[in-house]
Amino acid sequence: MKASVGQEAIDKKGWLGAHKFLLLRRVSQLGILALFLMGPLYDIWILKGNLSSSVLLDTIPMTDPFMLLQSLSAGHTPELTAIIGALIVFSFYFIFGGRVFCSWVCPVNLITDSAHWLRRKLKIRASTKLSRKTRFWVLAMTLILPFILGTMAWELINPVSIFHRGVIFGMGLGWVVLVGIFLFDLMLVEHGWCGHICPLGAFYNIVGRYSPIKVSAYQRDKCDKCMDCFTVCPEPQVLKMPLFGEGKGYGPMIESADCTNCVRCIDVCSQDVFKITTRLPIMAEVKQ
Amino acid sequence: MAAKKPQAPRKTSRRQFITDVGRGVCGSSLLGLGLATYSKQSQSLAAQCLRPPGALTEEEFLAACVRCGLCVEACPYDTLKLGKIFEPVTTGTPYFDANVIPCEMCEDIPCQTACPTGAISPELKSIDDAQMGLAVLIDRENCLNTQGLRCDICHRVCPLIDEAITLEIERNTRTGFHAMFIPTVHSELCTGCGKCEHACPLEEAAIKVLPLEIAKGELGHHYRLGWIEKNQAGGSLIDEVLDLPDRLPGTK
Repeated sequence: MKASVGQEAIDKKGWLGAHKFLLLRRVSQLGILALFLMGPLYDIWILKGNLSSSVLLDTIPMTDPFMLLQSLSAGHTPELTAIIGALIVFSFYFIFGGRVFCSWVCPVNLITDSAHWLRRKLKIRASTKLSRKTRFWVLAMTLILPFILGTMAWELINPVSIFHRGVIFGMGLGWVVLVGIFLFDLMLVEHGWCGHICPLGAFYNIVGRYSPIKVSAYQRDKCDKCMDCFTVCPEPQVLKMPLFGEGKGYGPMIESADCTNCVRCIDVCSQDVFKITTRLPIMAEVKQ
Repeated sequence: MAAKKPQAPRKTSRRQFITDVGRGVCGSSLLGLGLATYSKQSQSLAAQCLRPPGALTEEEFLAACVRCGLCVEACPYDTLKLGKIFEPVTTGTPYFDANVIPCEMCEDIPCQTACPTGAISPELKSIDDAQMGLAVLIDRENCLNTQGLRCDICHRVCPLIDEAITLEIERNTRTGFHAMFIPTVHSELCTGCGKCEHACPLEEAAIKVLPLEIAKGELGHHYRLGWIEKNQAGGSLIDEVLDLPDRLPGTK
C-alpha cells in the first residue's frame, strides 16, 4: 500500500484534475444533506423528510424501497404515495447504478471514506477476513426479522438512517453507532461496513445489477500497473478482471454490481485507462 | 459481453459452499438475535410518549412508519419529535410529550397529510375523533379543585370544553358547606391532545395524558349490563321476582 496514492495522476492532471470526481462526490453528498437541512434551518423547503422517505418540491414523493420492503415484511400495506415514491427511487438507481447511492448519496460514505483515508495514512494493514457476501446474509436477515417480529428491527440501529435522520432531526446518542463504524473500518476490516456488512448497500447492489451506466477500463492496454486504482477502490475485486483479464476473455467493462460508480479510479489513473460509459454503445463497438 | 466470458467460471467446491453458507447464516442469525432482543425491549412505548393523531395501534404503527420525519416537519407547532437511539421511543419514530408541547389539533391534520405510508392513518377524518391518549386526573389529592379551589384551568383549556372535560360538583366535606368542582374526563370525547396536562399549574401535573392501553380498563367480554340489556330487549330478560307469601309468626 503506497502512502501517496495518485501522485502520477496529480503530476499529470494537476491536483484538481486528479480529485475531480472525489470533489464532485463530496459536493453531491453534502449538497443532498444541505437540501434536506435548508428546510428546518432556513425554511427553504426543497426536500422534506429524510432518505427513508422524502418529498421533492412538495410534489414528487421519494421512498427508500428497502425501507418499504421492511415495512411490507412487517405486515403493513403502505399508502400509494410511498409505493410511487419507492418506484421513483428504484427506477433512478436501476438506471444510474444501484450503488451510486453508496458513493454519491449515503452520508455514511463520508465516515467510511475517512476511516480508509486514515488507514492509508497510518499504514494500518491488518484487516480481519470477512466475506464480501456477508452483506447479502445481513440483507436477508433484515428482511426476515420484520416478518417474525412485526417491527422493522434493523431500523433501530441502521447507521445510515440514524446518521441522516440525526443530522436533520437531532442525533442524540446516535454518534456512538457512527464512531463504532469508523473504528470498525479503521481497525478491524478494511472497507468493513460499506463493503461487507451494510444491507442497504447489498440491496442497491441487487437493484443496480442491470444498470446500463458503468465504468470501463477501455484503455487497459495503457495500464502501467501502478495499482493506485486498487488502493482507492472500495470494492477492488471488481477491477481485477476488467483490467488484467483480457487473456481470459474478459471485457474491459466493470460489470460487477459491487462497483459503486464512485469513479475514483478515473481520478487516480495517470494513464486515463478508465471512463464512464454505457453498456449499449460498447456492445455496438464489439459488433463492428 | 456474455459471449466473451470464459467457459467455466471459478468453481466453488461443495465443502467451500457449505462453509460459506454456514458462516453467513450463523453470523447474521447471531446479529439478528441481538436485534430481535433489543427490538422487543424497545417496543414498549414510555407512558409520557404519545403518537400523532390518527396513528395506527402501536404494533401496526411500528410496522408502517418508515421514520422519515415528514410529519415532524409538517407540524406547525414543533409538537412532534423523532425518537433517538437509546431513548424510550422506538428509534426514529414520531412522538410528542404533552407536558412539553401538546398537540394543537390542527383542523387540516398536516402530520396525517404528510405521512407517505399511512402509519398516521388517513381514516381519521376529523381531528376531534383523534385518540392520541386519554387525560386522567391521576393525582386527585393534589389537584387544586379537589382542595375546593376553582383552578379549573384544565377544563378551560380543553378544546372540547364541557364535553371532554366537565366539572362535576361534589360536596366539600372539609368545610361541610362548600362544593368541589372535580375535573372529569370523558374517554369517548377526549382526543388526548394534552393541553390540560401542559396547562396544569402544579409543579408536576395532576392531570396527565396516558396512552389508551394504560389509561383504559376493559370490561370482561362476557359481562352484560342488565339495564342496557333490558332497554334493548324492551323489557326484563328474566321472569318477575317470585312473590312468595310472607309467613309471619302467628299466622298459619
